[in-house]
Amino acid sequence: MKLATKAVGGIQPGKPWSKNSPQNILFKLIPSVSPIFLAAALVAITDLKGKMGFLLAWAIFTTVFILIWPFVIKSKNARGELFLQAIISISSLTFFAVIAWVFSSVLTPGIKAFTPSLFIGDGANVEVDTPLNQGGLLHALLGSIIVVGIATVISVPFGILSALYITEVRGKLVPYVRFFIQAMSGVPSIVAGLFIYAALIVTQVIPYTGFAGSLALAILMLPTVARTAEEVLRLVPDDLRNAALALGGTQVRTIFQVVLPSARSGLVTAVILGVARVAGETAPLLLTAFGGNTVNLNPFEGSMATLPWFIFNQMALGTENDVARAWFAALTLLILVSITFSLARVLNRKKF
Amino acid sequence: MTFGGVFSFIVLAAIFAYLFLSSTPVFREFGLGFITNSQWVSGDGFPASAGSTDPAVFGLFPMLYGSTLIAIVAMLISLPISVALALGIVFYLPKKLSTTVTLITDLAASIPSVIFGIWGLFVLVPHAKYWATLLDKYLGFIPLFNSEFKVFDQSPFIAAIVLSVMITPIITSVAREIFSQTPLDLIQGAYALGATKSAMIRNIVMPFGRSGVIGGAMLGLGRALGETVAVFFVLNLTYDKTNWLRILDSEGGSVASLIVAKYGEALDFEIAGLFGAGLVLFVLTLFANLVAAAIVNQTLQKGGRKVKK
Repeated sequence: MKLATKAVGGIQPGKPWSKNSPQNILFKLIPSVSPIFLAAALVAITDLKGKMGFLLAWAIFTTVFILIWPFVIKSKNARGELFLQAIISISSLTFFAVIAWVFSSVLTPGIKAFTPSLFIGDGANVEVDTPLNQGGLLHALLGSIIVVGIATVISVPFGILSALYITEVRGKLVPYVRFFIQAMSGVPSIVAGLFIYAALIVTQVIPYTGFAGSLALAILMLPTVARTAEEVLRLVPDDLRNAALALGGTQVRTIFQVVLPSARSGLVTAVILGVARVAGETAPLLLTAFGGNTVNLNPFEGSMATLPWFIFNQMALGTENDVARAWFAALTLLILVSITFSLARVLNRKKF
Repeated sequence: MTFGGVFSFIVLAAIFAYLFLSSTPVFREFGLGFITNSQWVSGDGFPASAGSTDPAVFGLFPMLYGSTLIAIVAMLISLPISVALALGIVFYLPKKLSTTVTLITDLAASIPSVIFGIWGLFVLVPHAKYWATLLDKYLGFIPLFNSEFKVFDQSPFIAAIVLSVMITPIITSVAREIFSQTPLDLIQGAYALGATKSAMIRNIVMPFGRSGVIGGAMLGLGRALGETVAVFFVLNLTYDKTNWLRILDSEGGSVASLIVAKYGEALDFEIAGLFGAGLVLFVLTLFANLVAAAIVNQTLQKGGRKVKK
């Protein structure tokens, strides 16, 4: 082998299995490190000042380097590779930085505003400048739980029925059913709220109640539940169905005694994902459940406060303490959504 | 069970029917002018045909155009980022890391819009104003970044940034699904011919996934069009003037935000106008979503078969 390589005239073949040479590593590092120094120099010398100035200069230099550096490297293959890698890493880092920014900017003021009484009191006696240790968001938290709970009860049967139609009945309408479920998942949340408002509240069938909010949320929740449930039911092996049918079971009994139980954990995931989808919806609740300042546990009478509405309302009021409450409510909502989301993930890991 | 199957169709039809019926007074009064006119005057709450001296006149055009503008700008920001992210997840990151990254993007997709609203209003706006100032100062010769009033608050630019953060996870997950369906024999064929990873992606993955990614982008567009609360807080609505291209000026429009902004003090006729706005929004997003879904499904089905290239 050695002889063979020498014979070609000193040109070494590439060895993908060997480690990077120091020169190689240096070449990869220069475009990512040098913008930092250049930006620092620019901040020190010119009138571009501050953290934001540095970030901006860094972003511009990095972009320029990414665009130019591949042409400094002579090898054509390495050029494209480096270009793509740099673009991928920079755009993913940007995205994750922004998401981390969102999380941290909710965390800091949210934790700062925390007093235990926020979980005990409702908004009944809260005036414009009531300090944070009086009154709280209990009414909103309970309202959210009730509204989302009823929405779940309404939408889950329909969602699972749609999924069962696609995977079990397999009738002529299957493509259309999937099509309409897909279409339904694109209904903007405000339109769902408007629909309930037009159909039930304007026509005075029911007034502003928690139940109206639940109906609006159920519309938004149904497609999520249906699509996830469909995916899960698809994973149930056909052998199980055939065995049940061969034992003389009717289709209904097959579904209820074999298919649904074997997909149980997946169906729970579908429900939880649906909950996570609607727990933070604000716009439809503004038009349906509206809001309120006191604890209201009856979804069929009187308007009902919910966490998203609480945040919306406190932000709109805009005084210092109101905004602090809004931040704390946002933190609560974010934690609740994250927990439901992780719960769905954990359950989903146990595949059958 | 068949009932369960067609239930979603019933709901969609009911939404359309109720919004259409409730908005007939407005369409009867203004006809198509409701969509093409540029004004939103509440007046005394009655139309001119009812003998009102201070008539209510509604025209949706600035809102409709504004909605589309911020949605498209948001999509243009998030599309390259999403594609790069999806490529990274599918082809570059090691398995464990890519599962984590997928998890984080999915989690980001489930952050409620009201949280983006509060973040946008109190945290992002000061920074975005600074960026907008710089854009105007140094790139002001481009009409897009030209500003008339130099206020930079509550501009479509800021709304588009917020929206782009919201739709990036959605486009990413569609793109990821599509890229991972690239036929393995084509990928291995490319490697066998000596292609580097980037060459393989350029020549195999991109041609295969292009239409699917466009579908994902349209899905994001539909989502951005219907987004309400986050936009409501960071955008200043101007009803009588269309802000064609100056995304840094604090004049914008959004159909969904219009509904939230106006419904509180609206009388019957204006409520009908808002239902009309909802109907237009519904039809628009439905259209965007159906086209997107059709494209994505076509690409995913193609995945099983061999592709000519």
